[in-house]
Amino acid sequence: MNQLIWLIPILPLAGFIINGLGRNSFSKNLTGFIGSLLVLVSFGLSIATFLQVKSTGAPINVTYFNWISAGPIHVPFAFLVDQLSSIMLLIITGVGFLIHLYSIGYMHDDKGFGKFFAYLNLFVFFMLLLVMGSNYIIMFIGWEGVGLCSYLLIGFWYTNPAYADAAKKAFIMNRIGDLGFLLGVFLIIYAFGSVEFATLFPKAATMKVGAAPFFTITILLFIGATGKSAQLPLFTWLPDAMAGPTPVSALIHAATMVTAGIYMIARSNIFFSLAPDTMEIIAIVGLATALFAALIAVTQTDIKKVLAYSTVSQLGYMFLGLGVGAYTGAFFHVLTHAFFKALLFLGAGSVIHAMGGEQDMRKMGGLKGKIKVTFITMLIGTIAIAGIPPFSGFFSKDEILSHAFAHSTTFYVVGVFTAMLTSFYMFRMMYLTFWGKFRGTHEQEHHVHESPATMTIPLIVLAALSIVGGLINWPEALGGHAALEHFLEPLFKASNAVLPSAELSAGTEKLLMGISVGVAFIALVYAYIKYVKNGSLPVADTEERPALTGLSYHKFYVDELYDFLIRKPLDFLSTFFYNVIDKMGIDGLVNGIGKGTVETSKGLRLLQTGNVGFYIFVMVLGIVAVLLYSVFGLTKV
Amino acid sequence: MSTFYFIAFLSIFFSILVITAKNPVHSILYLILTFFTFTIHYILLNAQFLAIVNFIVYMGAILVLFLYTLMLINLNKDSEPVKPFMVKVAGVFGGGILAVALASSLKLVAQSNPVVLQNPELGLVKNLGKVLFNEFLLPFEVSSVLLLSAMVGAVLLATKDPKTAA
Amino acid sequence: MESLTNTIHAVPLNHYILLSAIIFSIGVIGVLIRRNAIVIFMSVELMLNAVNLLLTAFSVYRGDATGQVFVFFIMALAAAEVAIGLAIIVMIYRNTNSIDINVLNRLKW
Repeated sequence: MNQLIWLIPILPLAGFIINGLGRNSFSKNLTGFIGSLLVLVSFGLSIATFLQVKSTGAPINVTYFNWISAGPIHVPFAFLVDQLSSIMLLIITGVGFLIHLYSIGYMHDDKGFGKFFAYLNLFVFFMLLLVMGSNYIIMFIGWEGVGLCSYLLIGFWYTNPAYADAAKKAFIMNRIGDLGFLLGVFLIIYAFGSVEFATLFPKAATMKVGAAPFFTITILLFIGATGKSAQLPLFTWLPDAMAGPTPVSALIHAATMVTAGIYMIARSNIFFSLAPDTMEIIAIVGLATALFAALIAVTQTDIKKVLAYSTVSQLGYMFLGLGVGAYTGAFFHVLTHAFFKALLFLGAGSVIHAMGGEQDMRKMGGLKGKIKVTFITMLIGTIAIAGIPPFSGFFSKDEILSHAFAHSTTFYVVGVFTAMLTSFYMFRMMYLTFWGKFRGTHEQEHHVHESPATMTIPLIVLAALSIVGGLINWPEALGGHAALEHFLEPLFKASNAVLPSAELSAGTEKLLMGISVGVAFIALVYAYIKYVKNGSLPVADTEERPALTGLSYHKFYVDELYDFLIRKPLDFLSTFFYNVIDKMGIDGLVNGIGKGTVETSKGLRLLQTGNVGFYIFVMVLGIVAVLLYSVFGLTKV
Repeated sequence: MSTFYFIAFLSIFFSILVITAKNPVHSILYLILTFFTFTIHYILLNAQFLAIVNFIVYMGAILVLFLYTLMLINLNKDSEPVKPFMVKVAGVFGGGILAVALASSLKLVAQSNPVVLQNPELGLVKNLGKVLFNEFLLPFEVSSVLLLSAMVGAVLLATKDPKTAA
Repeated sequence: MESLTNTIHAVPLNHYILLSAIIFSIGVIGVLIRRNAIVIFMSVELMLNAVNLLLTAFSVYRGDATGQVFVFFIMALAAAEVAIGLAIIVMIYRNTNSIDINVLNRLKW
């Protein structure tokens, strides 16, 4: 197996090259087949790798060649597959394959079909590189590469300026984070002289808690994570990223790329464990993001926007988990979230497909009888995300919440409140979409149809995974044996030794579970009463909203705030520099030299009178000057 | 010895008259006188060949050519527009400075030995002819080409263009 | 001839140089202050002769006939030059009805 792991990322790259070159000549079926098959083969290899890691318990570390050698720093091109990355491989290739399959149906009528598959394959390649890299530099290649693919795919329909703007926004926001990440890596090189995980972490584990470099390094890495994983204050790109095709939203902006930040922090967990201040900041930022995004999601009317904010909110949960030291919990949530959020996005895509491109929930309704498979699978996803047992979301969220409770009660209360909001807005989305009367046009009503099998099969598979996903880390409090936790233990051993243990009694844990299930049900019922019983609808854009809902509907005016705080001053500064420094200063200098030359020449030209006598006179003076110089100048010397 | 200074004085005197005479014809006549003093200088230096050539070529040919041209143009009246006074002052000033500069460059020579005729044969036709036809044979022949081309050029320039004349 | 040549025995070389410089400068002044092309031309001849005289003086002083041969060449050259120069002046007069060099002020941009 060790010899073959290079195939895992190379196959999608080959798919990118083949599909990219043949995008105009291949038939759509062939393109889809190649793209999906290569990812499927990667998935098969990933399973084999996973099984090997599981059976031997030892990470696979393969060095291919020495890539960068600069003085004392050596960066090999090497892959490291351990417990953490093997699971990420499964998510990326598995969910990636399902989404490829789904895209065959979803993108079938699109002109850019071949291009789309090429980009998707490229994304999978970079994501695999990010996960498999054995050092921060290779991780950074993948990190940048997924950002690029994200940009390409958000702006996939680039003829729409708003979509192109969304792509640029995502790219720029990501760049801000990337800079943090890059600086963090530089600091690591400065402090440790290496970027290899295998040498860094054991070295770091011997150092004291709160040692000098860790706070700065972790804060910088965390800034990188906030960009990629859409946390406060860099989260605004993710909702806009919904401009891309829905499978992209599912793959990149829900299941894989946005979890890169969590993966990176989980990978460098020992650094973070040794910097308690950063941990606190991460927890607070994560919690704030979770609450903030949930509040916004409550009033959104675009089905994809609801899911986008819910993604931001769930990512906030994961950061909360990281911040309170629940690395396993956070990673568990990455796993389950990949299942149910991909499912929800694909379901939403199916709904949009059925509605002929309509994304506004106010124009949907009553779809549950018409697109049954989509409805049932989405319901499963919603139950999973809302945290109702025994579906997967319950377990992962609960693990984070119980760790938060052990850390601080305030965190727990806010977390539970956010969980309640989550349940509310998800069921609100379901009720608005599937219950009630159909509110669209007659044409749309006529058009509504179940999606083809290539789209429903991924839904069913993901729904099944969303149901059983919780089993892999069945908590001990409920008589399970926390398989994932034991599996990942070698990675977090050093951190667990540093961090205060958060052991709760089984009774407390059960009580906490009861509370979160309770609030989820309350929210569910409240949403049912509000949207099904009373049949109330979100008001149209033109109507006045009450202050608080208005604030939420307009996303707390964060975009406008950024506009005012950053773009406007920047614009002003640019205009100022353009007008004053560039136009007057630099242009003035350049033009001044030109004008000066012209003016001087105009003056000097007058000396050229054409009067031969004058020329001779000047010549005579010149001869005299030369003579005088040779007489008096030379004698002195 | 005093002969030299007397002739030198005459040279300077006549050359000044050349450039100051209002009438160009007078200028030419003064120039002939100047050149005559030069011929005397050559004789004093025992450069007999040069003295004769100077007499024949300069005074006989060139200056006659000047006179002839002047008559041809028929400009013997005092029609020459006078230059402004300041320009004249500037010209004299410039030339004076040049003279001073040239004289002061004598400092560089820094030797004032008398000119002694070491070889009385030096400037004789026989001696010069030997030098001319031995060492300077090629330049001498080339100078004939120069004279020929000058002749052709002068004829070409002075002939009226048949097209414009018509 | 002996007596004639003996008269210069006491004349220092510097005085010849001085004489030539003065006549040369007079030629220059003539060029500068006159507008009549023919007179200017004559001034140029004056300068040429000043140089000739100096060359001859040096030739005698150093006992080398080369200087005198050079003077001979200069005279040949001057003859050619005068022929061409006067032809040009005739042309100018034909075209402008004047031999005032200030008319020829086209030597500029």
